[in-house]
Amino acid sequence: MSFTLAPGRALILRGPNGIGKTTLLRTVAGLQPPLKGRIGLDREAMAYAAHADGLKAVLSVEENLGFWARVFGTGSIEPALQGFALGELRHRPAGALSAGQKRRLGLARLLVTGRPVWVLDEPTVSLDVEAVAMFGAAVRSHLAGGGMALIATHIDLGLAEAEVLDVGPFRARAPAPEDFDEVFL
Amino acid sequence: MIALLIRDLRLAVRAGGGFGLGLAFFLIVVVLVPFGVGPETGLLARIAPGILWLGALLATLLSLDRVFALDWEDGSLDLIATSPLPMEGVVSVKALAHWLVTGLPLVLASPLFGLLLSLPEAGYLPMILSLLIGTPALSVIGTFGAALTVGLKRGGLLLSLLVLPLYVPTLIFGAEVARRGAEGMEYTVPLAMLAGISFGAMALLPFASAAVLRVNLR
Repeated sequence: MSFTLAPGRALILRGPNGIGKTTLLRTVAGLQPPLKGRIGLDREAMAYAAHADGLKAVLSVEENLGFWARVFGTGSIEPALQGFALGELRHRPAGALSAGQKRRLGLARLLVTGRPVWVLDEPTVSLDVEAVAMFGAAVRSHLAGGGMALIATHIDLGLAEAEVLDVGPFRARAPAPEDFDEVFL
Repeated sequence: MIALLIRDLRLAVRAGGGFGLGLAFFLIVVVLVPFGVGPETGLLARIAPGILWLGALLATLLSLDRVFALDWEDGSLDLIATSPLPMEGVVSVKALAHWLVTGLPLVLASPLFGLLLSLPEAGYLPMILSLLIGTPALSVIGTFGAALTVGLKRGGLLLSLLVLPLYVPTLIFGAEVARRGAEGMEYTVPLAMLAGISFGAMALLPFASAAVLRVNLR
């Protein structure tokens, strides 16, 4: 399969469970090498978010977000806290948040990375309607600023800038023998 | 990098972080040994350097499986791998944080534990010195083992088996420094060997740990 993404555009990946959306996104994110083919994405320009939010239960909302802001060398965490309505929860330990609030905190991390390409795997899991709208607004303003997003999701985010790519037809037909990881030989 | 170090130290000292676990284990070993071998001062003084080193080694081993496992479980390791931090730096910082939380308290507490084992007076300085130089090697080698076993359920057993043979040289030279010191002998040669092992491990193993971590994240 092949696709390109222009600045200001988003690509939504659709397809049944187990088709390989997560594998594709992890490959794009550089966490695993492609079996074949080429990915022309500068990894320094990419921010990745997966099912797990990478939150530390004993650290507060502010500390969790502040850590990523320092790692990515960006400044203030305030816009991210405001963008996902986490301002009132800032001193609460992440372990005491509800599932939806944790997800919002995980997504707020994207805003503090300051990177132009977002690679998101099922970002809306456990979000309520209001939070999905917040997320949609965050993606829209990211795209409006010249950013890009590659999102695997099943729900409609209401993005006018998005194209949909159905990965169903690209199902791998037989497990190739060279699938076998050479490091275990 | 510093942000990662601060985060790891903060996690270690907060609830459930495992800070003090190694120290408590060390204390238990040192307190129980005199009960096990009898209160004979001469015998205790002779075996004290070995017991102290063995206790420090096992206490370090106890907390190794936490080095990467927690970050792997909650997904932070994936996110750190896609962040601007170089993987070699990440594993070095992880090893440093492990040493600050486990190794350094052992070094600082060792004079007190030496007292409990009636270590001869001449033995204190070489013992502290050998632990100070040797425990970083234990942390760095252990981090390599933790990187190898990250992602395995109940990887702790495999981790101990993998790491123990790698710990042997450090233990031999470390305990030799402490023993020679306690008997009033010259100990610069084993100390130099210990320092060599320690600095060699610190210089080379982060690259190996980073490589196996990348493979394990696939």
